[in-house]
Amino acid sequence: MGQAAISVVGLSKRFGAVTALDGIDFDVPAGSIFGLLGPNGAGKTTAIRILTTILRPSGGRAVVLGHDVVREAATVRRLIGLAGQYAAVDPNLTGRENLRLIGRLTQLPRPRIRPRAAELLDRFDLADVGDRPVRTYSGGLRRRLDIAAALVPDPPVLFLDEPTTGLDPHSRTALWDLIRELVRDGTTVLLTTQYLEEADRLAGRVVVVNEGRIIADDTPAALKTRLGNTVIELGMGDETRASQAAGLLTERLGEPPEREGVLLRLASRDGSRLLLDVLHSLESSRLVPHTVTVRESSLDDVFLALTGHRTQPVRSAQDGADSPATPGGTP
Amino acid sequence: MTATAAVTATTTAGRLGTRITAPVRDGLAVAWRNLIALRRVPRLLVFSTIQPLVFVLMFRYVFGGVVGPALPPGVGYVDFLIPGIFVQTAVFGSMNTAIGLATDMQTGLMERFRSLPMARSAVLSGRTTADLARNVFVVALMTAVGFALGFRIHAGVPAFLGGVLLVLAFGFAMSWIFAVVGMAVGDPETAQAAAFPVLAPLVFASSAFVPVSTMPGWLQTFAEHQPVSKTAEAVRVLVLGGPATTAVWEALAWDAGIVAVFAPLGVWLYRRAV
Repeated sequence: MGQAAISVVGLSKRFGAVTALDGIDFDVPAGSIFGLLGPNGAGKTTAIRILTTILRPSGGRAVVLGHDVVREAATVRRLIGLAGQYAAVDPNLTGRENLRLIGRLTQLPRPRIRPRAAELLDRFDLADVGDRPVRTYSGGLRRRLDIAAALVPDPPVLFLDEPTTGLDPHSRTALWDLIRELVRDGTTVLLTTQYLEEADRLAGRVVVVNEGRIIADDTPAALKTRLGNTVIELGMGDETRASQAAGLLTERLGEPPEREGVLLRLASRDGSRLLLDVLHSLESSRLVPHTVTVRESSLDDVFLALTGHRTQPVRSAQDGADSPATPGGTP
Repeated sequence: MTATAAVTATTTAGRLGTRITAPVRDGLAVAWRNLIALRRVPRLLVFSTIQPLVFVLMFRYVFGGVVGPALPPGVGYVDFLIPGIFVQTAVFGSMNTAIGLATDMQTGLMERFRSLPMARSAVLSGRTTADLARNVFVVALMTAVGFALGFRIHAGVPAFLGGVLLVLAFGFAMSWIFAVVGMAVGDPETAQAAAFPVLAPLVFASSAFVPVSTMPGWLQTFAEHQPVSKTAEAVRVLVLGGPATTAVWEALAWDAGIVAVFAPLGVWLYRRAV
């Protein structure tokens, strides 16, 4: 297994009749950032909770820095830090007191606790609010404190469960920088995310999880290239025009665009060329789209490419096909 | 992998010593955290104080006239009542243990604790210890109120302090029962609702407020032997005077028995909690 900091083999977890994890395998090289990518309910959090000794697996095994998470749970707890989706800090304590509590509970030497708390408050830009009760913090401040708390014992392996969910773009970028900095200093990071972009920016390697199984194990770049980096969405206004346009584009491009009501969707590695082509041929047939959206491919698009269906039945905002009576709706 | 080797070495070397000290050390850290919350959210303390105050006033003036004649000659109702109020306060206060733990379970904090290298008992013992500290405050206050209403110590200050310690020990034992309730139900509203039907018969079908001799026979059997009565009786003897030994040992036996059953059960629930 060489330099794997985390090694997972055939890991499964059942809750009664529900299978949350159905035998997953992956290795995380030491000193890297590894992403678990998947929609809500895919099993990402279950995997994190098993790796952080909170849950016992139903089958398979997981090893962190050579220690089994079940048989050597106490040792594993000395090697890891965890920051979850729900900021796990005490609202009645100040930021500083929260960090000191974690310092005491991770058995930091007494004289080290105060300086360590101060150091982390500085590093996370929390020094100004450090002596206010956490219940007065904004969501972003809480999240930062939560991650600072995970770092108190300076763990060699860090687990981040959707660390940027709910953060504004600025805080998100700042957090990304911080995670990169930690890894530069030798920390191994396993993070879960619903955002392909986040995995792309941070992780050297990504596994895509769906319904408790791994459906892809690759670099983020390769994942994106698999379906094309750019997604073009054309809102055609009404059903008739959408069918006409779909027919025309199938003829032009050799394969049918994805259709969702009045919305047509195309993916390409060469977005601008495709866009020019498509608009040109639509215009010459007097089928100019009502709306055009060009965006980077998302987890949802990767999902479609990998599984043939989207993570959830979404419709696009622009054509306003939000009514419950959409064509093809289930009874 | 040198870091790992070092960690393994230290854990093995320190294992025997820390097996004993770690639960205490970690429990105190969690208790510290719970007491800060108590100071910072004073309404928690205010409400756990107001309630016994209401009880003492109500019982003193509503039931005092009725119960008085049923008491042994020479015993005033206030002197009979205050030890009962102490015990009632400790018992109702233990409900806070369930509410506090259930609240923690709803936040992500419990998950974090479970991933930390801390003693598995610490979250529970930290809560019961903090609740014990709160009881010290409440009992001191009730003593002052009792004095204002005419309560007097008859058997000397050391015996009275012994009675207070007995009340605190009983409150601590009851906290472990409610630690189990809190872990089992997992949300504060349910914890509170679940607590009352357990507490009310224990407190009222007891000698805490009225002499057991006024109850129907079938109820007397229960009321005489249950822990609230035993504790109230022991405290009363320590305050009013009389041969205390048997009553005190019986009360302590209840406390020890309760902790011996409910502490391991609570920790077991904590380990398994999802």
